[in-house]
Amino acid sequence: MSYILQIIYLVASVTFIIGLKFLGNPATARKGNLIAAFGMVLAIFGTIFLYRTETGEHLHNLGFIFGALIVGTGIGWVVAKKVQMTAMPEMVSLFNGMGGACAMLISVIEFRHLSDTNLSLVAAGHLLTIVLGLIIGSVSFAGSIIAWGKLSGNVKDKSLGMQQLINIGLLAVILVLSGLMILGDGTYTIQLFYAVFILSLLYGILFVLPIGGADMPVVISLLNSFTGVAAACGGFLYDNKVMLVGGILVGSAGTLLTIVMCKAMNRSLLNVLIGNFGGGATGEAATSSSFAGSIKEVTASDAAILMKYAKKVIIVPGYGLAVAQAQHIVHDLELLLESEGVEVKYAIHPVAGRMPGHMNVLLAESNVSYDKLVEMEEVNPEFATTDVVLVVGANDVVNPAAKTDPNSPIYGMPILDVENAANVIVNKRSMKAGYAGIENELFYKPKTSMLFGDAKKALTQLVSEIKALG
Amino acid sequence: MLEFINENIQLIYLIILMIFVGIELIGHVPSVLHTPLMSGANAIHGVVIIGSIIVMGQADHLVSLILGFFAVVLGTLNVVGGFVVTDRMLEMFKKKK
Repeated sequence: MSYILQIIYLVASVTFIIGLKFLGNPATARKGNLIAAFGMVLAIFGTIFLYRTETGEHLHNLGFIFGALIVGTGIGWVVAKKVQMTAMPEMVSLFNGMGGACAMLISVIEFRHLSDTNLSLVAAGHLLTIVLGLIIGSVSFAGSIIAWGKLSGNVKDKSLGMQQLINIGLLAVILVLSGLMILGDGTYTIQLFYAVFILSLLYGILFVLPIGGADMPVVISLLNSFTGVAAACGGFLYDNKVMLVGGILVGSAGTLLTIVMCKAMNRSLLNVLIGNFGGGATGEAATSSSFAGSIKEVTASDAAILMKYAKKVIIVPGYGLAVAQAQHIVHDLELLLESEGVEVKYAIHPVAGRMPGHMNVLLAESNVSYDKLVEMEEVNPEFATTDVVLVVGANDVVNPAAKTDPNSPIYGMPILDVENAANVIVNKRSMKAGYAGIENELFYKPKTSMLFGDAKKALTQLVSEIKALG
Repeated sequence: MLEFINENIQLIYLIILMIFVGIELIGHVPSVLHTPLMSGANAIHGVVIIGSIIVMGQADHLVSLILGFFAVVLGTLNVVGGFVVTDRMLEMFKKKK
């Protein structure tokens, strides 16, 4: 391999490390992303023009390679530019699946290449790397597609009976077959390879299918690190350091990020993976309808009066805000209230929306100033001195059952203590349960009033009512 | 087994060091940045595209060529889509004063 290419790979590896480092700080994040992108472009073109095979040949099929690059860039660019901010989480999942599929295909092609020769002569380590890339890539691909389907609402949560047993069994079969294939005498290698391939895809599907939609961010983050490891397998295969560095970095950083996210929900990774979120809630749904009191509805004009004459209002955004694309109108509401002398803040739960930081991204889009977004630990003591809390399309993150009901599936998750405020106005489309599929006692409390309707419409109405008050 | 480790000892060192670097890098990140960070990391593992280019450049059968073409397209989607989506998210974190 050419010396220049080695140096290019070294530079690219460093850009990945610096890029990831910069991504961890709001002030430098964007620059970090661009630095890593620059390194990637360098590595891609360096490979195309400078890579030499073992026999010293340049790469062939440059026309096809450039064709594929142009097709991929065109589609990727347009899709990434057009996607709504609210659909970001599923987009990340989809792109992650593409990377997994790429790693999977590399393994398939390399194996086909090998199977032209005498398979019994292939070194076990070489075969192992190919099979690992195949398994991890396939699981990541199939799992990401299911996660994408769930977030976009096309795939529902499903759990076969004894799902965990089936999954563990399937994983065991995959590992045994891979072992047989690598250590075997080469007679059935080809059949075993494709069996492992198909079972891995199946495992990816069954692995994600029963996990509750609310846990999808954690799953996507985990699959993200899987793809990293799959890429690293490719690096091992080709003795390619930049693939190895990029892949392992993402693999380890992604795993840690997954754990951090779980911690934000006060759950362990294992609990998320085998928790079967939806299933556990059904038993308790029967008892939950017996909440004391009834719900109280409020009209937009009453809510307007309440908020206009308040001293301090805290807005709690949730997924409903994202779905209704209400991030701009909520900013208008904030400005209007501030011009009336009301102190306005946003309380951001770490897992509000469908992804950590989802709300921050959305609200930043509509120019809400960064320092108005207050994280949970900081904002919780403030509710006691707050006149009105406006909950916009959030549910589970304000459910007091997380603190009071040990039987609740969300028990133990830290929540926003909105019930400490003087008044709580909840905007929801209907009384439907939140993502965790459980009732929310907050809605039945005397100080809570419900403002039903689509978040954007309801807030628009609220803004015009406040204006009408003069 | 020992032979395999010995042959690849450099790569194994690299893997172990990178695991620690990855953990250090993500250590104290505010939850605000989790989504962009995940998205950025997602773009970085698009480096798998290098493998698909190498495979593609040596493909000699029609089937390998077709599979390789798809691999490069998918890898490019991962890279381009990943970086562009991350940039769009971060564009919104501009400082406003």
